[in-house]
Amino acid sequence: MTRADITDLIVEIIADIDDEADFDNLDPEKPLRDQLDLDSMDFLDIVMELRKRYKIQIPEEDYPQLATLNSCATYLEPMLKDV
Amino acid sequence: MLAHHQRIVITGVGLAAPGASNLHEFRKQVLDGRSGIQEIDLRYFGTAPAGLCSIPETKYRKKKENKKGTRAGCLGVYCAHEALLDAGLEQSVYDKARTGVYIGLTEHGNVETENEIYHLKQYDYDVAYWSHHHNPRTVLNNPAGEITVSLGITGPHYSIGAACAAGNASLIQGVQMLRLGEVDMALAGGVSESTGSFGIFASFKAQGALAEAAAPEQACRPFDQKRNGIVVSEGACIYVLERLDRALQRGARIYGEIVGYGMNSDAKDFVLPFDQRQAECMELALAKAGLRPDQIDIVSTHATGTKQGDAEECRAIRSVFQGTGSPFINNTKSIIGHAMGAAGVLELAANLPSFDDQLVHPTINLDDPDPECLLENLVVGEPAQGSTLSTILNNSFGMLGINSAVIVQAYRGSS
Repeated sequence: MTRADITDLIVEIIADIDDEADFDNLDPEKPLRDQLDLDSMDFLDIVMELRKRYKIQIPEEDYPQLATLNSCATYLEPMLKDV
Repeated sequence: MLAHHQRIVITGVGLAAPGASNLHEFRKQVLDGRSGIQEIDLRYFGTAPAGLCSIPETKYRKKKENKKGTRAGCLGVYCAHEALLDAGLEQSVYDKARTGVYIGLTEHGNVETENEIYHLKQYDYDVAYWSHHHNPRTVLNNPAGEITVSLGITGPHYSIGAACAAGNASLIQGVQMLRLGEVDMALAGGVSESTGSFGIFASFKAQGALAEAAAPEQACRPFDQKRNGIVVSEGACIYVLERLDRALQRGARIYGEIVGYGMNSDAKDFVLPFDQRQAECMELALAKAGLRPDQIDIVSTHATGTKQGDAEECRAIRSVFQGTGSPFINNTKSIIGHAMGAAGVLELAANLPSFDDQLVHPTINLDDPDPECLLENLVVGEPAQGSTLSTILNNSFGMLGINSAVIVQAYRGSS
């Protein structure tokens, strides 16, 4: 997966959590939770979905690295490079 | 006579029943005697008659919140919003820190746990895939808590676990908290999502207490010779309760006043009911209301359609009311099935409009009355016309021998 594929994947997972989410003005450098209606349980939905789809185990101490779309791409790129 | 600040009145109603999503629709349904029961297909279990609710689920919160929460929460949130609107209480008008939310539950968490285990099967029962939503969905305050989150209510909230007496028990809790001055308004009622749990159906079946019938709308038949068990339904009903002085002050419409209640325990059996304690419970409620049996106009029965349960309640009613001029008697479950934690409050709602339209809704599916269940003035098939209907006694009983009776009286003003 490329970085673009990964950000598309994250957007797709969030759209599944909240079908009313508006991604048009999403800044990839700003925290997702500041821009979208996501609480801590919704954030854990993203983590769980990555586990279910790609068997990725993300330790709790790494959660801050999933704060923005760009940081998601950076963090997940090595794990998803062969997908 | 209690002072006005000790008198508690109903000023709003929100409900979801199999066949109706507000009080107006519900009244029409029960007066028409139109069954809300259908056949459903449950995982592992197969088909069964049951009552499901059809409500506009995203009217008061986003689909996302409904996915995160529970069916009980979804029904509860809808009814709480509806009750406040019905009471004429816009969000900004009442003090959210002085509002309590008391929700009666027969059970909670079975649906969520069954779903989780079912989904875990595809991951070979690896609990790393167990949902982080499991605990907030299954804590026993869940439906009440979802209501506070949705409405921004910051006063107390909790559930009242009281088997199938839970709806009445939550009303009693609301009355008590208002009288104690702990809150200035209560959202009190009951919720049930039990139709989502195969285990509840299977357990009733194993007990020999689950209704079966070729036509689902005829499956729930309290007092009939051919009755063969309970029809499980989902549902919810939430009332706005206030002190009379405040309700008068703001010019609220008053549906009725909760003038008496009784609760007691059989201390006898896990599942079998006991007529003597049920009669004592009704007498407790009458004593608290300061009323004689002949001053009750309608007895809303609990009867679920089980062989022993119906007969026990009829004996209890006869022992309290026989020879007193006999009130009208009816049964709402024959129309909507057994909505468990919501049963008592929905059955009260089915009868509450009698104060205005002076009609008593009928019991349906009673084709061949069981001699053990004979009751004077049992309203069957068609509504009965009253003229001075102003007092309802609402029975709700549950497993482990929990009994409740609530008495609601029309408020005619100036007293």
